[in-house]
Amino acid sequence: MTINPDLQGRSYPAAEVYDVGREKIREFARAVKATHPAHFDVDAAQGLGHPDLVAPPTFAIIIAQRADAQLIEDPEAGIDFSRVVHADQRFTHHRPIFAGDRLVAELHVDGVRAMGGGAMITTRSEIFALTDGDGREPVSTTKSSILVRGEGQ
Amino acid sequence: MSPTFEELSVGQDIGSRSIEVTRQDLVKYAGASGDFNPIHWNEAFATGVELPGVIAHGMFTMGAAVQLVSDWAGDPAAVVDYQTRFTKPVLVTDTTGTGDAGAVIDVSGAVGALDADARTARVDLTVVFDGQKVLVKAQALVRLA
Repeated sequence: MTINPDLQGRSYPAAEVYDVGREKIREFARAVKATHPAHFDVDAAQGLGHPDLVAPPTFAIIIAQRADAQLIEDPEAGIDFSRVVHADQRFTHHRPIFAGDRLVAELHVDGVRAMGGGAMITTRSEIFALTDGDGREPVSTTKSSILVRGEGQ
Repeated sequence: MSPTFEELSVGQDIGSRSIEVTRQDLVKYAGASGDFNPIHWNEAFATGVELPGVIAHGMFTMGAAVQLVSDWAGDPAAVVDYQTRFTKPVLVTDTTGTGDAGAVIDVSGAVGALDADARTARVDLTVVFDGQKVLVKAQALVRLA
């Protein structure tokens, strides 16, 4: 199986809307062993000046990996998910994610390079919150590199 | 409680903690994150793709490690940028039913840089499993009052 080099520069437009719920923030926070009350208690979050529960710093991975799935599951991409290893990850938050946000992600394939029998693929998700009317507000930029291991790697 | 920019200096220790991980924690993280890659919960599948065994999601380790920074900052929303490279897998032994940890990850942090104009501190995290660094260049940028 080989990775399609033409993936570089490809974009996938924002697809479905991700509704950020309080219980999802609490569930994700517990799953990363977070204990800060701003993830669990609305009064505590509001006491810090936030409109609602605050998502943990890596919560955006849920939205980013949904966007990545469009690429990984694209039959033209030639990616075997069972051989994917996460190589690096970055989150840049333009503002925090809060419960009640309605988020969309645009996926960009920034880099594809062959490595051994496999490939390193770098993607970027631009995550926006939908605002009243037709507007959207930048929330997070996530960058991720995955290594698709070749046979024997 | 929360640190202020003026009281920080480069090299300052922000504390440390140990994170105990079980196979059940990986199942919980899979469900919460939506990442159901079986290398994180099925031994036969993991060894079948030439891994030494079931390994933690890199994002589990990254997500758990930053809690030290959220708590130190006093507000998780103060973490405006967070990045890492994943260099070594965290192998999680099956200890189901024993109450023992399947792996222990040690996290410590120190102020690596200060930006007086932006009033941000870069916290450099050291994240170790089994005597080896599993995250490299793990850096969280924290906006301070």
